[in-house]
Amino acid sequence: MDFTLSKEHEMARTLFKEFAEKEVKPLAQEVDETETFPRATVEKMAKLGFLGIPVSKEYGGQGCDPLTYVMCVEELSKVCGTTGVIVSAHTSLCCDPIMTYGTEEQKQKYLIPLAKGEKLGAFGLTEPGAGTDAQGQQTKAVPDGDEWVLNGSKCFITNGKEADVYVIFAITGMVEKRGRMQKEISAFIVEKGTPGFTFGTKEKKMGIRGSSTYELIFTDCRIPKENLLGQQGKGFNIAMHTLDGGRIGIAAQALGLAEGALETTVEYVKERKQFGRTIGAFQNTQFQLADMATKVQAAQMLVYKAAMKKAEYAANPKISYSVEAAMAKLYAAEVAMEVTTKAVQLHGGYGYIREYDVERMMRDAKITEIYEGTSEVQRMVISGALLK
Amino acid sequence: MKIVVCIKQVPDTKGGVKFNPDGTLDRGAMLTIMNPDDKAGLEAALRLKDQYGAEVTVVTMGLPKAEEVLREAMAMGADNGILVTDRVLGGADTWATSTTIAGAIRNLEYDLIITGRQAIDGDTAQVGPQISEHLNIPVISYAQNIKIEGDSVIVERQYEDRYHVVKAKMPCLITALSELNEPRYMTPGGIFDAYKKEITVWGRADLKDVDDSNIGLKGSPTKIAKASDKVRKGAGEKVALDPDESVSYIVGKLKEKHVI
Repeated sequence: MDFTLSKEHEMARTLFKEFAEKEVKPLAQEVDETETFPRATVEKMAKLGFLGIPVSKEYGGQGCDPLTYVMCVEELSKVCGTTGVIVSAHTSLCCDPIMTYGTEEQKQKYLIPLAKGEKLGAFGLTEPGAGTDAQGQQTKAVPDGDEWVLNGSKCFITNGKEADVYVIFAITGMVEKRGRMQKEISAFIVEKGTPGFTFGTKEKKMGIRGSSTYELIFTDCRIPKENLLGQQGKGFNIAMHTLDGGRIGIAAQALGLAEGALETTVEYVKERKQFGRTIGAFQNTQFQLADMATKVQAAQMLVYKAAMKKAEYAANPKISYSVEAAMAKLYAAEVAMEVTTKAVQLHGGYGYIREYDVERMMRDAKITEIYEGTSEVQRMVISGALLK
Repeated sequence: MKIVVCIKQVPDTKGGVKFNPDGTLDRGAMLTIMNPDDKAGLEAALRLKDQYGAEVTVVTMGLPKAEEVLREAMAMGADNGILVTDRVLGGADTWATSTTIAGAIRNLEYDLIITGRQAIDGDTAQVGPQISEHLNIPVISYAQNIKIEGDSVIVERQYEDRYHVVKAKMPCLITALSELNEPRYMTPGGIFDAYKKEITVWGRADLKDVDDSNIGLKGSPTKIAKASDKVRKGAGEKVALDPDESVSYIVGKLKEKHVI
């Protein structure tokens, strides 16, 4: 077992780090404070190929492995959780399902501009009554001639109003499964600007405040028949598989937040003096930092392992990376919450002030325990595999 | 058009500087970056490539580890990389370095050679112009803007308070300033592609028309008596006075130090 990163990965990290420090960090506080979507940063990332890292070159991407993508989200999130999730939602939740389940025509039409960053992607599964329980969906798609007619709404959608292409899930009928009638769910590609597709309220959030989180509303929204993604009725599988990948992206975001908070705190305790000594000279600080660093390292191992497993899956689709992804997200998210909270504590009163980055990082970290499957759902996935 | 860009791996001065007992830099022990002026030169070459179409070859002389800057240059868009490395070339001053690099470039076809103005480790600004002398081609140093017109280059040559517009027939050599441009980032895919490409490695035997007496430490007329890291300035003095008193205080200090 080799824990050394390849030279390519090391260089990619240097690139992401440099970009994050120069282009993302200076805006992070303002993006949070003013709840502004960092459009200019997204355009810069698009030019550099950051919006299509794991997509093959054939479809306009960079042709890199999932680990490279994970490192990108990690480094961005170290300085700005908002920017990290924009890339993660776009790549894992929109590019990935089209890459995996899309027809050649769909890939040509949607994946290429998405991977090049000419268009931004989003994913709509959650509804007011259906979060963790995907079966609770109400949005319906009814065939009508050469079209599907969508009616319903989706909530808490990342990249909500800023995206151009949306992967949307809707009920397309009822099927009998093990003697019970269940909703048949299918996936669709919906373009912004389609008549009948509008936006509801913008959510005001605790963290990742620059990320555009909106309600999507479909009122007799007619989309072409060929925009069905994957087979009819396979939507639930597509959603679950997509979320497996998405969890690795969010795990990377959580990891980045924890790393960013740790680095910031290490610098702070070397400067801040109390009782005539830097607070880094106190054993309490040292032990807290030691625990934080150890957990961050463990989280990184799990996240990278999940990314490597996803790479294995690309070569052999019989492999599942569901459990690895769940473990990575569960652990990294909880570490992010713990480490950012401790970082605030070690900053004392200053940690509670908005001018200090750790205050934002702690607010940003909380969502990683909730979206793309709560920590409880990750525990269900992991234990489910154990008890199978 | 064929462009050769000379680049150098230099110590990242943020990481601290380490020396060998003979006073030369211990390059193996330091964090490194691509020399900023050279990076601007590379960016200028890549922009000419974007605009006019060109094949860009990057050349560096250094330890085997210097391959890293070639990979970085290729991840930014350079087409080929050549590493000139050999024990006998070690400890070279500017004369031995320019002799060596010119010996390597003699193996190549080129219309334009671009080097950085100077490296942040030696700060001599000599190697670029010396290469042009060895190759017997014109040099335009301190370039702040580069254009191509037919078989010539038109360059704005920077001075402290003005610039000259200089035209030269190709082949010629240009030394670039880091102010010339904002170098592009690598791309993730470019990095992986760069590592798939072959890097040409040349040793002493591959240098053309070069005499042994002009290479390496032995061929270097410059002898380093002593080298040291930048001496840290002492802590500044803070005084809290009202503006009038502050002015008198500062003027007093400047007089005391014979500045005014």
